[in-house]
Amino acid sequence: MSHNHDHDHPHEPIAADEPAVAARVRALETILVTKGVLERDELRRRVDWLVSRTPADGARLVAHAWVDADFKQRLLVDAREAALELGLDPGPSPVVVALENTADVHHMVVCTLCSCYPRALLGPPPDWYKSLAYRSRAVSDPRGVLLEFGLTLDDDVELRVVDSTADIRYLVVPRRPSGTDSLDEEALAALVTRDSMIGVSQPLGDA
Amino acid sequence: MSGGFTPGDKVRVSDRTHPGHHRTPGYLKGKTGTIERVHERFSNPETRAYGEDGRPAQRLYLVGFELPEIWSEYRGATDDRLAADVFEHWLEPAP
Repeated sequence: MSHNHDHDHPHEPIAADEPAVAARVRALETILVTKGVLERDELRRRVDWLVSRTPADGARLVAHAWVDADFKQRLLVDAREAALELGLDPGPSPVVVALENTADVHHMVVCTLCSCYPRALLGPPPDWYKSLAYRSRAVSDPRGVLLEFGLTLDDDVELRVVDSTADIRYLVVPRRPSGTDSLDEEALAALVTRDSMIGVSQPLGDA
Repeated sequence: MSGGFTPGDKVRVSDRTHPGHHRTPGYLKGKTGTIERVHERFSNPETRAYGEDGRPAQRLYLVGFELPEIWSEYRGATDDRLAADVFEHWLEPAP
């Protein structure tokens, strides 16, 4: 893509192999900054915040819920408040809802419209979460999708797919693996993978 | 806004078309489900997307559906369910 016209707005150098969508985002950013709708520093601060988030925060929430039943109840009632209680940043989305997986019920989360995701607690969503294939198949063939992630659910487990279409962000609280009674909270948190909090796999150590 | 739904109410998702941005997935339009959770009110994305303030805020519900009722050729277990957040102005009472 050539970019050799003269103009007076500042921006980063544009690479020739920049994908079209990146070029479009860059053009939008330039317009919004030029018009004073956004400030470049504010944008950078928000992107830095977003990419600084990791699934470790969500894992801390889950591990604490595994060892403290009262906390788990508070997490299931109001995940935002529960995150604040642990000193975690639940992010700008007003409501985070935690969904508990049990022996009888398994939740998995998708956003068929775009990529809604509890980014504050899990970090940026994986690419597959944003793919058309996952977004369409999670709601039409969820057990097939789970199989591809290596998770076989018994037919008598009630599968509940949650399509996160609006302002609520959903976080799955996976089942605590058996045989982990001797582990402390930190060791438990290490078992809680990102995918298990989306509901497409079980935590590590689960038979 | 009147006509608030409560958990357990049967509702049908309107199958109207809507020109422009909206958050009601096409695969649920015309489908009947059950109110599972009553969320708070949120600014209306259908106007907010076009530079307006999204007022009045609209009540959001988590609505549960049976997957075999959404997809006639559904291959999973018969009890598999799906839940999605749907704004009140897309829901009508169902018998």
